[in-house]
Formats: sequence, C-alpha cells, structure tokens
Amino acid sequence: MPKSGSTSKITRRTALAGLSAGAALLAMPRLGRAADETIRIGFPTPLTGPFAAEARDQVKCAELAVKLVNDKGGIGGRKVELLVRDDKLNAGEAATRTLELIEKDKVHAVVGALSSAVQLAVNEVTRARGVIYVSISQSDTINEAKDFSKYTFHEALNPHMTTAAVARQTLKKGMKVAHLVADYAYGHEMLRGFKRAQAAIGADNVGEILHPFGAADYSTFMPRLMSMRPDVLCISNFGRDQANAIKQAVDFGVKQQMKIVVPVILHNQRLAVGPDVFEGVVGGANYYWGLESQSKSAAAFNAAFKAANGGAIPTDYGAYGYSGVGSLLAAMQAAGGTDTDKVVDALEKLQYDLTKGPQHYRKCDHQSVQSVLVLESKKKSAMANDNDLFAILANDAGSDDMLRTCSELGHAT
Amino acid sequence: MDLSLIIMQLLSGIALGAVLVITALGLTIVFGMLGVVNFAHGALFMIGAYAGLYLASLTGSFWWGLLLAPILIGAFGMLIEFVLIRRLYGRSIDDPLLLTFGLSYILVEGVRIVFGSDGIPFPTPPQLVGVLDLGIGFFPRYRLFVIALVAVVLLVLWLTLEKTRIGLIVRAGARDPTIMQVLGVDIGRVWLAIFGLGVGLAALGGVLAGPMRSVNPEMGSLVLAEAFVVTVIGGLGSIVGAVVAGLMVGISISLVALFAPEMATIVMFALMAVVLLIRPQGLFGVRGRTA
Repeated sequence: MPKSGSTSKITRRTALAGLSAGAALLAMPRLGRAADETIRIGFPTPLTGPFAAEARDQVKCAELAVKLVNDKGGIGGRKVELLVRDDKLNAGEAATRTLELIEKDKVHAVVGALSSAVQLAVNEVTRARGVIYVSISQSDTINEAKDFSKYTFHEALNPHMTTAAVARQTLKKGMKVAHLVADYAYGHEMLRGFKRAQAAIGADNVGEILHPFGAADYSTFMPRLMSMRPDVLCISNFGRDQANAIKQAVDFGVKQQMKIVVPVILHNQRLAVGPDVFEGVVGGANYYWGLESQSKSAAAFNAAFKAANGGAIPTDYGAYGYSGVGSLLAAMQAAGGTDTDKVVDALEKLQYDLTKGPQHYRKCDHQSVQSVLVLESKKKSAMANDNDLFAILANDAGSDDMLRTCSELGHAT
Repeated sequence: MDLSLIIMQLLSGIALGAVLVITALGLTIVFGMLGVVNFAHGALFMIGAYAGLYLASLTGSFWWGLLLAPILIGAFGMLIEFVLIRRLYGRSIDDPLLLTFGLSYILVEGVRIVFGSDGIPFPTPPQLVGVLDLGIGFFPRYRLFVIALVAVVLLVLWLTLEKTRIGLIVRAGARDPTIMQVLGVDIGRVWLAIFGLGVGLAALGGVLAGPMRSVNPEMGSLVLAEAFVVTVIGGLGSIVGAVVAGLMVGISISLVALFAPEMATIVMFALMAVVLLIRPQGLFGVRGRTA
C-alpha cells in the first residue's frame, strides 16, 4: 500500500546542505540568453507505486510530443525540454516536486499527475504561483469552481463522461446494478457518475460495497455481491486494484451470473492478467490504438509512437501524456512564446486534434471536450495478435452535452 | 442475512487465512529458532511467485512450478543465510533486521530490472479453473485446493517437528543452542536448514497466491505487513500461534467485510492492538522471550 513515507526530518546537516545549495544558486551568474531560450515543461507522475505502468507510458508519450516539436525547430526557435519527476503517488511528494520545478527549475508550465489526490496537490501549488497546469488525471473536482483557476486545464476525461458513455452501452431500464468501489476520491466520483447515469436510464441500484484502496484480496466481498443478484457489476477502482478485483470476481464465477463493467478499462491491467480474465469486460477509454481504422489522427500518433519506441503501441494513459503536452505546446506555438496570459488565452481558443479527433478546452472550467470510447475486452480466440485487446463498442463524439453544465460546477455563466 | 451467506463468507475467510498462515509460518519459524526478524520475507514471497511462474512456463505445468519454486528459492535462502546472515549471529537483533531490510530492496529492484515493473499474468492451473457448487453457493476450486494444500503442509511440518529425530534436534536447538553444540550437534547446519525452510515457505505462499492476485514486484510488501501482524497476534516464534492467528485474521476480515466492507483492512490491526493490550506476548507467545 503506498503510504506517505516522506516524514522528512530536517537535520542540521541537510539544513546546511540546503542553505549552501541555495546560496550557490543565488550567487550563480545568469547564464544569459542560452538558458532563457529553452522552454521547460515540468512533468510530475507516479513512476513508482501501483500506477507505475501507466505513468511510464505517460512519460514516453510526453517525450514524443516534445521531440516532434523540437524536430520541427521548436517554438519560435526555442527548444523544449521535459523535466520528469516522480511524485510517488503521494500528494506531499508531488507538491514538493512541483514547487521545486517552479522555483528551482523555473519551468514555464506543468503537465501531469495521475491520481486524483495528487493532481489537487499539484494544482494547489501551480494555482498559487500563477503557473499553467494541464492535468491528465481522471477527476472531476479540479474543474469545480472551488479548485479552479484560470491557469488550470484538464485534458483527461472525467468520471461523468466515462460512466455516462459506459452506462449507455451496458445498462437498460429495469436492470439491477451492484457496485464494488475503491474507497477514495476516484472511486467515489465514478460511483456518483454511474448512479446518475443509472437514474437517467432507469436501472435499479441493488447495493454498493466500498473496498480499501490498494487491497490485494477481494474474495471476502464476492459472496455478498453475488447474493445481491445484480445483472451488472460495476467495479470502480484503478491500476492493480482493477486487475485483482476482476481476476478474483472471475474466480468466484461472477461472470456466469452478471456482466462486469468498469468506468475505465486499463490497457496495462488487461495485459497484466490476460485475456481469459478480462473477456467480455466493458469499460470506457480515452484512447485505444485500434482506433486507427477510424481515425487518421490515431494512425499518425501510432506511427510516430512506434517509430520512437521500437514498434511498440501507445496505451490509453500514454495518449494523455501526448495530448496533454501536445495541446500545451500547440498553444505556446499560437501564443508565440511562454507568456502565461497569452498561452492561457491560446489554450482557451485552441482547436486541436492530436490522437483521436477534434478536442477543445471548454471556456468556463477548462475541461477538454473530447470523444469517449467504450471498449469490450476480446476473448483470446478472437484476438488477431497480441496487441488486439479490445473491440470498440462505441466512439461517442465530443460535445458540451457530455459534461456537467458550467453552473452545476459552480462557475458563473 | 441468511445462513448460507455467512457460511460462504466463513469459507472465503478460511481460504484467505490459509495464505496468511503459510506466509506467517516461515517468518515465525525463522524468528523462533534463529532470532532473526526477516524483513526480506515479503520480497522472497514475491520472488517465489515469479519463480513459480517462470518454472511453470518452462515446464508447461503449474505443478512443477509449485513443487520446484519453493525448493529452489529455499536453496537460495540457504545461500543468503550462509553468505550474509550467519555473520550476524550473536549480535544485536537489529543487525539481521537491517540486513534483510536492505536485501528486500535489492530483490524487488532486481525483479523490476529482469521482469519489468508491470504485472504479469499467472494463469490458474486448468484442473482448478472455475467454481464448485457447494449446495449453498459457488466457491472457486483453486481456493479450496489452497486450503487443502496448506492443511497438508501444516500436518507434514508438525509430524516432522514432533515425531522425528530431526524435529527433536530443531526443537532442542531452539531452546538451548550451546548445550546442543556441547552434545556434538552442528547447530550451524540446523540454522542453515531452518532459514532455508522459512524462505521456502515464503516462496510456496507466493506461488499459491500467484493465480489469485496479479504478480508484480511490489506484491510482497503488503504480505510482509500481514505476516507480521499474524505473527505478533499468534506470538513471535510460535507455530501454533501462526496457524490460529492466521485463520483468525482471515475469518475476521471476511466477517467484517460482510457488515462494514471499508473496515476490512483495519480489523486486522485492531485485532493486533487488542491482543497486545491483553496479552503482550501474543496468544501463544512466551513472555520475555528474546530468542
């Protein structure tokens, strides 16, 4: 379980080291134009911990976005540099790293964070210092008025969008639905999204079970879930929790009785437990490489990623790294530099299409309006090759109707 | 709430407890006999799962993995004892603790380098896929197998310790190693074997857990914490204690999950706190024992 291990004690020695480093920094003469010319993007992401697989894909894709811009001569002749930092899936660590990125490394903007709690910590820091932050974590709260700032943008899907799209494909009027939910922000937001969609469709809620975050064993929840006799079981958790929960549900024969549905079906977790376990599981996604048959942007993104990564395919969370950094760089391109207000203005006006079709940031809350995919995990015999994981059930085009209204989120309209 | 649900819940608690017992057992035996708190126990559990998976795919059968991985990793454990731990006997209890703590980082990082940090699939053996109809509900065949196998391992272990000459030497060695040496028993060899056994049990736990959980480099860290809680509740060094406490914790988690699922993880620690307040040496521990 990832726990806050950062009980940092300041000893005399570290204090001295810190002071002398700070003094050295102040005493260092400005390096002149050369240093100013590089555009630096900070990128905190949980490289260690249970979401490490997703985080590493984010970094690869973010690096690709930077490379493509640099290959074309950078932005106004300035090279772009990505500064990746490990936030260890810990809000305190993330805040410290982000502060360092801003104060010490003088980054021009921050992109990143994967966990909902961590993105809020990063946002606190960037907001207070007036630095642009493009979040690629799936969480609603960052778009609500209380956490919002004009410097905050949200590139990822949010729980409301994915749960609504998944529910449309899987729920029908009168169906019985049970929930297994991770007991933290992500799970709670997904549950709220599903229940709202259920109510609209007319499906019945027969029960919900909250499980501790990062649990390894889910067997103790299974008999009760099965005794609720639902038609659909929604499992709202993330990373390895998703893999373990689905695997153990399948062991208990859950799939013979009900359909398993997840708000976000994870590429890496499907790889981690294999096709037989995930067979028939339906979930939402921001991206799937197989979209290339329907979308030119997806084909181009896949090709660029393959060229840079020895033929590997990009994953769902990887695509966030690419579009998060890519949209920011496109706005900087349009603004002709890194002036924060001009870039914010450019981001609000930006129409971009980097991985899957047209996207734009909604003016009131800076949520990226984009398409939502609904995927179904294929059975082993139906897979054409090792990368052929999912069938695309739906590709809902992005529209403002998918989002909660600006006034519902507390923004002035 | 009907009775069949409670019985099903008890059964899943026993299955959960069985894995806890097998992992806590290795920890408690090594502490009881050698006085070594093995912080690498979780990492060796994880190494066991990877070894089982690797051997299973090499031989094409889960059963070879299940048999060979504990033996192989047990031998690796003997190597650790011979090269590293042996040098620290007679010193403060913190020294082997720190050594094994460092070792666990090396093992986890080593697996990350070799197998990557993503989880990898560990398929359930084909004979045990699916559920068994118990009349009152369905239960996974594999988990029933785990309960049975752990029961057999416990029986063999108990018979060896209580009824054989080797068991006699081991028990005597735990009580007074000096006298054993005076009587002409090479106690170093006994300790070597015991450490190997403890590590082998950790590896067995890892292979058994593989088909139930995703296999990844960090899978051992949670297991280590659970094994310690079970050992503390049962009494450090007590084999009976590990068995009773393992089942008790498994069943408590399971029953609490029925009524207050979000409390399921905490109950284990609450149980430990209560036991420590009432019986600081644990349920079957010996007061003031420092090994």
